[in-house]
Amino acid sequence: MTSPAVTLAPEPQEHYLNVDYGVRSWLLTTDHKRVALLYLIGITGAFFLGGFFAVLIRLELLTPQGDLVQAETYNKLFTMHGVIMVFFFLIPSIPAVLGNFLLPLMIGARDVAFPRLNLLSWYIYMAGAAFISTVVVTGGVDTGWTFYTPYSTMSSTTHVIPTALGIFIVGFSSILTGLNFIVTIHRMRAPGLTWFRLPLFVWSLYATSLIQVLGTPVLTIVIALLGVERLLHVGIFDPALGGDPVLFQHLFWFYSHPAVYIMILPGMGVISELVTCFARKNIFGYRFVAFSSLGIAVLGFLVWGHHMFVAGQSVYAAMVFSLLSYLVAIPSAIKVFNWTATLHRGSISYQTPMLYVFGFIGLFTIGGLTGLFLACIGLDIHVTDTYFVVAHFHYIMVGGMVMAYLGGIHYWWPKITGRLYPEGISKLAALVIFLGFNLTFFPQFVLGYLGMPRRYHVYPEEFQVLNVMSTAGASILGIGYLLPMIYLVWSLWYGEIAGPNPWRATGLEWQTPSPPPRDNFTATPIVTTGPYEYSRPRGAHG
Amino acid sequence: MWGLPLFPPQASTLAPQVDALFFFLVGVSVFFSLLIAGLIVYFAIRYHRRSEDEVTEAVHEPMALELTWTMVPFGLAMVMYVWGASVFFTAVRPPPDALDVYVVGKQWMWKFQHTEGQREINDLHVPLGRSVRLTMTSEDVIHSFFVPAFRVKQDVLPGRYTTTWFNATKPGTYHLFCAEYCGTVHSGMIGHVVVMEPTQYESWLGTGAVEGSLASAGEKLFQDLACNTCHTGDAQARGPNLRGLLGRSVALEGGGTIIADETYIRESVLDPRAKIVAGFQPIMPTYQGLVTEEQLLSLVAYLKSLAGPTS
Repeated sequence: MTSPAVTLAPEPQEHYLNVDYGVRSWLLTTDHKRVALLYLIGITGAFFLGGFFAVLIRLELLTPQGDLVQAETYNKLFTMHGVIMVFFFLIPSIPAVLGNFLLPLMIGARDVAFPRLNLLSWYIYMAGAAFISTVVVTGGVDTGWTFYTPYSTMSSTTHVIPTALGIFIVGFSSILTGLNFIVTIHRMRAPGLTWFRLPLFVWSLYATSLIQVLGTPVLTIVIALLGVERLLHVGIFDPALGGDPVLFQHLFWFYSHPAVYIMILPGMGVISELVTCFARKNIFGYRFVAFSSLGIAVLGFLVWGHHMFVAGQSVYAAMVFSLLSYLVAIPSAIKVFNWTATLHRGSISYQTPMLYVFGFIGLFTIGGLTGLFLACIGLDIHVTDTYFVVAHFHYIMVGGMVMAYLGGIHYWWPKITGRLYPEGISKLAALVIFLGFNLTFFPQFVLGYLGMPRRYHVYPEEFQVLNVMSTAGASILGIGYLLPMIYLVWSLWYGEIAGPNPWRATGLEWQTPSPPPRDNFTATPIVTTGPYEYSRPRGAHG
Repeated sequence: MWGLPLFPPQASTLAPQVDALFFFLVGVSVFFSLLIAGLIVYFAIRYHRRSEDEVTEAVHEPMALELTWTMVPFGLAMVMYVWGASVFFTAVRPPPDALDVYVVGKQWMWKFQHTEGQREINDLHVPLGRSVRLTMTSEDVIHSFFVPAFRVKQDVLPGRYTTTWFNATKPGTYHLFCAEYCGTVHSGMIGHVVVMEPTQYESWLGTGAVEGSLASAGEKLFQDLACNTCHTGDAQARGPNLRGLLGRSVALEGGGTIIADETYIRESVLDPRAKIVAGFQPIMPTYQGLVTEEQLLSLVAYLKSLAGPTS
């Protein structure tokens, strides 16, 4: 019996981490792998800052009274939590860290198409983050991450403009990354790497990049209009000045709903890589999974109105948006079924990345199915703007996207650092995160149907037990997230040497040493097969 | 405090319809969640890797299977869509005989005006078994009128009217929440809806010092603001006849027609030149800043009380 896809490259003497040293070699690098690590530092900081605010929110909600922080502070906490998590963690996380690191490796290229632009996008990200950090230090902002007008333009007395500027700026980093990836995927593929031989992670990055390039400018424009109204009192959204407050919501969600798919599509791509590797099987329904990414990207642009079913839009608009929202659910269902079918007659190992795959599929399924409740206009009236919505999107973004991100980080950690993470404690952390997550967010579905509105600092006493459960879950979840932070750093010095391909995976990124050399490959690879050649052809005897 | 409620009270005609839809979706969700979770657990155990060198056999997806798991969810989704849309139609169409209540939201309180003239803040008294239509607006930012026990929610916008309705089926006191974030005391913009037996409601209407109906307050305002000097109702008047205006189709200067609704009346008072009735001069001054949202609603109530022109 031969083992496919095991290549034994010699342990490298020189790789991208030790090719040169010093602060300048990092801050002026054009190596996509180093840019990815710069992003990793940025988004990890954002994740723990946003998480810190979440902890304070949950502590306040332990009791029905507003006793830990004042109402102003509470409103700032959930606003900063949302702004930081959405714009500075969820959107850049997988594309800018894993995507940057892996895309050139996966397609057999030396780098992305525009390496300098890639570095610039990190500087833009950090400039946006600097604005937000200033806001955090100088007193915060209280509009909610959605910035609904006319509250944000005419009523709030907090730092709306610096926050808006931070988001305005960080949008350009997202656009540049998307542009870079699209050109890279079109122009830089290794010989023989046809579109249908691309790893599904690359397909999902392509779909994501399309949304980033086409959607983000609309956010940039609406943020600019918000600034113009707030600073110059030009009537755009405030009816007192002749504006239309619902117009803001249309423009905001035209970007911010597709942005949900910027967050989840790359996660879906990661899951396709992981599930094939740890089931040691070819993906079930490659074309269906690939095209469902594009389907989600296109349909995702047509469903923004489902955030506004009770906002005063017309009955017929609501009906159209409801129908389209149901259509966008179908490609996600196709993916879940294909991943599950991939397990059938596989050779399944329970290493940490696979535990995250199981967690992702389960939680994403619940997140997706509860999305059907919100797309249902007769039902959405009751559950919109309640904790039901909060629970739903945390199942997608934290249960789905963060699970995929952590699974991906563990899977590619040996490639990034050359070291293996410690398996035992990693499995424990994955379990703690899964349990903590469900205890935090499942009670919120019940709270939402009971009618507890979101963004409430003070709430009626009968909601307390469920809130206590949620806070208990959040503390478990918090510990779960600190564990990888600790043992992954530990593994940089004490982790086992990984070798080029510890998982016996098939992707091109595993056919080069770990960590890869500065230019990724010693010789340009020539591709002759599809991405998931784990299985022997049917009927062949091994 | 340690009670664990799992389901909200069901206190309107809409509530059982929404809940039936909810349980259908819960059923579908539980089925698919268990299906996926069950398959994953089964496959994970059944096909657990037994040796490091284990090799699997390639499988190619049968098209029939792909089509099945595309079309079955699609069919179920369409059932949800149609059912949801039909409940939605009920939820957004108030019956014609509904009792009118006028609502003004502001940071951070709810103000209610009954047609009989009662005014309330944060508490709303309504009769059992009678449809109640709310015509709502905001003085400042966006709010949202939410009564979980009725499964009713509608955003309340500045600068226009939105409506919702309910028909309460159980006497009691129910939570009223603001569901759209509106600033510092958002979570304090709450109140109660008190559902009373019709007889109790009648006696409640009789309590307190009430100076006539809302329409009569509107009529007095109509005279105080001298609206009646131009809107005399005569054929030669400088302003259009307002009798029976609400719900009527109005031809506009420069072509086009609109249906005169509450929002049109509000706009015509505050920004009279926005839509000029065909055959009239744009001479009406604006009343922006001279009338409050509550007074505007009393004018609406007054115009509603004027029957159609006797021909």
